[in-house]
Amino acid sequence: MKTETSAVDINRSIGDFAYPEVHVRDAGAGLSEKTIHYISDVKEDPDWVREFRLRGLKTFLEKPLPTHWASKDLEAIDFDKIRYYLSPGTEAKRTWEEVPEDIKRTFERLGIPEQERKFLAGVEAQFDSEAVYSNIKKAVGEQGVIFVGSTEGLKKYPEIFRKWFGKVIPIADNKFSALNSAVFSGGSFIYVPPGVKVKHPLQAYFRINAENFGQFERTLIIADEGSEVTYMEGCTAPKFNTTTLHSAVVELVALKGAKIQYITVQNWSANVFNLVTKRGLAQENAEVKWIDCNIGSRLTMKYPSVIMKGRKARGEVLSIALANDGQHQDTGAKMIHAADETTSNIISKSISIGKGRATYRGLVHVPKHLKNCKNNTECDALLINATSRTDTYPAITVRGTGNAVQHEASVSQVSAEQIFYMQQRGLTEAQAMSLSVNGFVNDLVRQFPMEYSVELKRLIELEMEGSVG
Amino acid sequence: MRHDSTVLDEVSETGSVLSGPVESRDFPEWFREQQQDGWKQFVSLPSPKRKDQLWRFSNVDLLNLTPFKFGGALPDKERNAILEQSRGLDKVAARLIFAGDQLIERDVLSDQLKKRGVIFQPLERAMIEHGELFRKHFMSQPAVLGSGKFAALHQALVSSGTFLYVPRGVEIDLPIEIFHWLHGENASVFPHLLLVTDELAKVTVIESFRSLDKEAAGFACGVNDLIAGPGAKVTYVCTQNWGSNVVALQMNSTIVDHDASAMSLNLHLGGKYSRFESLSRLIGEGGRSDLLAISVANDTQEFDARSLQDHISPHTASDLLYKNALSDRARTTFGGLIRVEPHAHFTDAYQKVRNLLLSDDSEANSMPGLEILADNVRCTHGATSGQIDADELFYLRTRGIPVPIAQRLIVSGFLNEVLQRLDHEAIADHLRRLIEDKFANE
Repeated sequence: MKTETSAVDINRSIGDFAYPEVHVRDAGAGLSEKTIHYISDVKEDPDWVREFRLRGLKTFLEKPLPTHWASKDLEAIDFDKIRYYLSPGTEAKRTWEEVPEDIKRTFERLGIPEQERKFLAGVEAQFDSEAVYSNIKKAVGEQGVIFVGSTEGLKKYPEIFRKWFGKVIPIADNKFSALNSAVFSGGSFIYVPPGVKVKHPLQAYFRINAENFGQFERTLIIADEGSEVTYMEGCTAPKFNTTTLHSAVVELVALKGAKIQYITVQNWSANVFNLVTKRGLAQENAEVKWIDCNIGSRLTMKYPSVIMKGRKARGEVLSIALANDGQHQDTGAKMIHAADETTSNIISKSISIGKGRATYRGLVHVPKHLKNCKNNTECDALLINATSRTDTYPAITVRGTGNAVQHEASVSQVSAEQIFYMQQRGLTEAQAMSLSVNGFVNDLVRQFPMEYSVELKRLIELEMEGSVG
Repeated sequence: MRHDSTVLDEVSETGSVLSGPVESRDFPEWFREQQQDGWKQFVSLPSPKRKDQLWRFSNVDLLNLTPFKFGGALPDKERNAILEQSRGLDKVAARLIFAGDQLIERDVLSDQLKKRGVIFQPLERAMIEHGELFRKHFMSQPAVLGSGKFAALHQALVSSGTFLYVPRGVEIDLPIEIFHWLHGENASVFPHLLLVTDELAKVTVIESFRSLDKEAAGFACGVNDLIAGPGAKVTYVCTQNWGSNVVALQMNSTIVDHDASAMSLNLHLGGKYSRFESLSRLIGEGGRSDLLAISVANDTQEFDARSLQDHISPHTASDLLYKNALSDRARTTFGGLIRVEPHAHFTDAYQKVRNLLLSDDSEANSMPGLEILADNVRCTHGATSGQIDADELFYLRTRGIPVPIAQRLIVSGFLNEVLQRLDHEAIADHLRRLIEDKFANE
């Protein structure tokens, strides 16, 4: 295999455009109590939210950066230069006609209207920090499903919202969950009533537009007893010159027998720090499944977790990471077994191209006196160039005699024979490589919903362009 | 001098290990300087904290060294008891027995091996008679797996140990045997082994760590450096069977030159807290390193194993297999890393840790890690934790074997895979007996 050629610059023309910023409300750069009060005033937060934000700020300022284990690159974030809140000053839109023209054009470029409307039940598009467009198909609404922005959720449905908000991921979980707690804005709130099975996936699009603007969406999904829901989030962002911070918090609550599937395709531009806390709580017989795909960003740190709190609960993380030049995909999974007969599965595949670095970090915890808990972890890494790097750092704790845990990881490269064979059949080396890489991730991609797997394969092809040859 | 809070929290009295190096007997000046340097480093380096990645899951509270003293006099009665109990292999090429860091008996090499230039000496003689060779390799390996502070302490306080040099082309067929004994309450030892093999040499060493009084508290802080020259073949076996109240730290490193192969097997049976760091550096093409370990943990024992398979040169191979059997409230931790340095292409590295949990209160922590900075490599690792298969147990019971014996058989079978990899029947039998003895005393 040729290893000297460096990876080509990523073709981001699809997301690489920006319209003039018209932000009516802007909290300015930097973070202080003043910023928090400003956000709370503009958003007309109830008092308990304001207090929650202030506690978040205090914790954020107290906690050090986790650089004793995480990448030193975090030190490059200048928290004083980030603008923590802006909003177009418009309320969430219900009909397409009310959406501002330039925003419509952005969506046009992304191909949202035609494609997504066909497939998806509801669309919640976040343009910068406020939801500007949200639409749930009538049928879903009639079933009693609530699908609104988090701001609307906490005001309109406080009795459900408050019960779970900040409970799965407490403010002090880590420095960035604290930051999110302080300045959160946007994101979704979903409640699925008992027994309701939402047929179509619910979808939200997030984009970062204002330069140097951190996006701090906060999503809370509650699936009541016996219900099922799939949520998809896809991210593309225009290219900027200075670094941008994205730090979301996503909390999932699957009550008895419920199923939640959360799908992410992350394709931030290569200057974005993507530091996200995602955790699900699974009660008896419930299932939480994270499907996580990381293609973009400068540094992603994301370890979707499942706490299996009820008997026979199930947790699953399927993840694909692609690290190209200048990128570090630091991803993984955490599985906390807290009840008998709980099972979890982690399958992680990473591809490192050029000087890219992919890291898997995992935690599996089975405390004592639990019976018949099972975990399976598989991590496979593929290295494309001689300068590519991959790391695996799992931590597994097992107590007691009733449980079984297995972890396996492998690192390999595309075999020269495979490439040679395909070249014999008339493919170029680049095509052959792309095909091999798609084959490597194929068994995972197949588990994605159809439209996502198509998009994903196309994104991988795009990233592979010019990496060999 | 800044005194570190947890380790040096009281003004140390004379005779305590925390009073620093004892002004030399007959050590050369360079050695005395190294002792002082080591002491300075020990004092200035921070104590390990649980939050340090390299000490994650470790019970660092057990590392309080305040009670421990240098070894005292050895009465004849105890001396005879030690000699009586220093039974290992039936046939050995040579033997050294240390008690409290004092050489108390030696069986010398055959004249033939001596004539061919093999050196097998206690440290204090080697540093004078073979100064240059000894100095070149003594404490030359970095302690990168967390115990830098304790490696410095060892450097400051080591006063005896073994130097073994095998010249070019010399093959020693029979194993060389070394015993280190702790005796007395709150005693400490600083075992040292420096093994240097030249091109195409071949040697097997078996080392045993023992306590005369099985209940006495004690502290052991050992360093072990194996240097496998080009094409050399080095086999190192250690049976750690300190008393049940001993805190032990062992820092081993192996350098594997081109076409050399090194195999180490560490059997961990004793101690209250026993940490074992193993660094394997593959510096030449065609080098191979096998790292094997068995821990049989019961009561409240804690075994803490850390390893690094560092592939520096292309075309090297390493294979790690650690197995732990845990009962009662025992804990084990495994933190291992395979690191493939840039340009170390065609690396073939493997790492596997398997935990067999035999009780509800036992706990196994596994952190198998990979850091790959080159492509064209084949690296895999695996970690499993499980318990005895109910079907296997049932089968043995239908054959009339009572449950406790059936369990013991299954555990022995589980550990046997590691012993077989050694490919040395006499040593494997010896280790099997030690494991059986521990089971018998449970």
